[in-house]
Amino acid sequence: MLIFEHSRPGRRNYSQSPGATADVTGIPPDLMRKTPPMLPEVSEMDAVRHYTRLSQKNFSIDTQFYPLGSCTMKYNPRACNSLAMLPQFLARHPRAPESTGQGFLACMYELQEILKDVTGMAGVCLTPMAGAQGELIGIAMIRAYHESRGDSARTEIIVPDAAHGTNPATAVMCGYKVVEIATDKEGDVDMDALKAAVGPQTAGLMLTNPSTLGVFEKNVAEMSKIVHQAGGLLYYDGANLNAILGKVKPGDMGFDVIHINLHKTFSTPHGGGGPGSAPVGVAPRLLPFMPVPVVAYEDEKYRWLTEKEIPQSIGRLSAHMGNAGVLLRAYVYVRLLGAEGMHRVAEFAALNANYLMVELRKAGFELAYPTRRASHEFIVTLKDLKEKTGVTAMNVAKRLLDKGFHAPTTYFPLLVPECLLIEPAETESKETLDAFVAAMKEILEEALTQPDLVKSAPHNTPVRRLDDVKAARELDLAWKQSLTRTATESPTLNAIPTVTPS
Amino acid sequence: MSIPQDLKYTKSHEWVRLEEDGSATIGITQHAQELLGDMVFVETPGVGRTLKQGEECAVVESVKAASDVYAPIAGEVIAINPELESAPEKINQDAYAAWLFKLKPANVADLDNLLDYAAYRKMLESEET
Repeated sequence: MLIFEHSRPGRRNYSQSPGATADVTGIPPDLMRKTPPMLPEVSEMDAVRHYTRLSQKNFSIDTQFYPLGSCTMKYNPRACNSLAMLPQFLARHPRAPESTGQGFLACMYELQEILKDVTGMAGVCLTPMAGAQGELIGIAMIRAYHESRGDSARTEIIVPDAAHGTNPATAVMCGYKVVEIATDKEGDVDMDALKAAVGPQTAGLMLTNPSTLGVFEKNVAEMSKIVHQAGGLLYYDGANLNAILGKVKPGDMGFDVIHINLHKTFSTPHGGGGPGSAPVGVAPRLLPFMPVPVVAYEDEKYRWLTEKEIPQSIGRLSAHMGNAGVLLRAYVYVRLLGAEGMHRVAEFAALNANYLMVELRKAGFELAYPTRRASHEFIVTLKDLKEKTGVTAMNVAKRLLDKGFHAPTTYFPLLVPECLLIEPAETESKETLDAFVAAMKEILEEALTQPDLVKSAPHNTPVRRLDDVKAARELDLAWKQSLTRTATESPTLNAIPTVTPS
Repeated sequence: MSIPQDLKYTKSHEWVRLEEDGSATIGITQHAQELLGDMVFVETPGVGRTLKQGEECAVVESVKAASDVYAPIAGEVIAINPELESAPEKINQDAYAAWLFKLKPANVADLDNLLDYAAYRKMLESEET
């Protein structure tokens, strides 16, 4: 039920209504509102009950284990939230002068320095607002670098076929042709394919390490050498940085640019819970092309660097400081962890993934890459189960909801048939992991003895199985309202479309 | 596994049928639709477009993934299947009936370097293991 469906004309929460009417003199008459805004009219209690009910229907990291592969759904410490919500941060205007925002700028500067250190890069820009924007900025800098040298023959970006779809999309958005290279049977980039693809036309390689297949690439040093020798640059997709945090630096592996998903590795809320943030780190040769603004510290003062100081900058791609609230949360998180804590993130993320992988194998599940150790995630394939019982990866995922667990990622990466990509993250206890294994074991038995129960799941959730084909074909995300009103009346709802899950 | 014996196939799971009027009808195989799952959208090449052999020329999108379709042979697009715009599920129902587009082949000999029934079947069997 939508909040508008609780709306009744004239119903108000008077105790929280603004008291005095604001002074509106000086606003041109043609900019004044003629009709009241279309807002739901409910009491305070209606609003509280409505949103509390919604939150109870939700699956979230605060309520359930959430092993969504490639998404790093780790617990978001409350301290990060409460400190980022200090009134001095909340009330700060983004255009306030540097002199009144020294505390905020100090936090941003320190975050830049810490991210530089942990990635081994020479500079970091904090403003990209999501992973895809970080990628776009990274490849735009690679392009600016080649162009600044008059090296215009480089028209191709090499992307392994295991990559997230954003990688080839980014390369195309930057005007490059994408050259896809294959994965070998062990899950590594096919080195022969890489050697064959590299040449004077190569602008760069985009690599995700560990890859989306849940394995650490074995030949990173060699790949780096091959691409650099051909004059190309190396892009590190930091989507899976959680697995190497504090252990090894992409800068040391020879990478020229990296994006870091703060909303994954640095624990800021995401997945419907908050906006993203994807700082970009660069090697010395890309420093002149960094997007603006970045924060500098000179003469005991913090200040913005803009196009004046970075004249070859690719420009400004986000308003102000990007998602400043997310950056503050990540800053608190890294300060809480410290250097010692960062090691432990990677260690426990890998330990949890490897423990879960071994236990699921013992429970009868088939691993996609049985000879490999897991990174911070791993892939189970249900190809044989589907052939035997007709139960698919999607069915198993839906049945997990009935048992109180968020489903792992399904059908990604595309290279593995009927796959579940499982990422427990470092914040889960052994007891939680064991409970997940027990649930998976139950589902496996159900698939063999009563497959229809699994195929028709979920049975216990507030909304039963959705028609994802219809949802994809007739995508409709907008709430359509039908209101009649006059200038003096409050809006009255005529008809509200109802959402009926099928 | 049902694979028609009278068609030609590609490694990327397209099928081609040479018609009596000299045109070539193209679609994706039963195996391809099975891997992709429920179709939600099909993008076909414009009529009149000239395709090179192996050129990306159509997109089939399912609930799981969007996948490129490659021209099995060179030629000019002379027709597209109008049914698929409103009913992409026809590919799931019968992949060998729900054709994507028809070409006027630039060179009929292109068909000779495609897989025949036996070779395509062998390829699928080797993928299984």
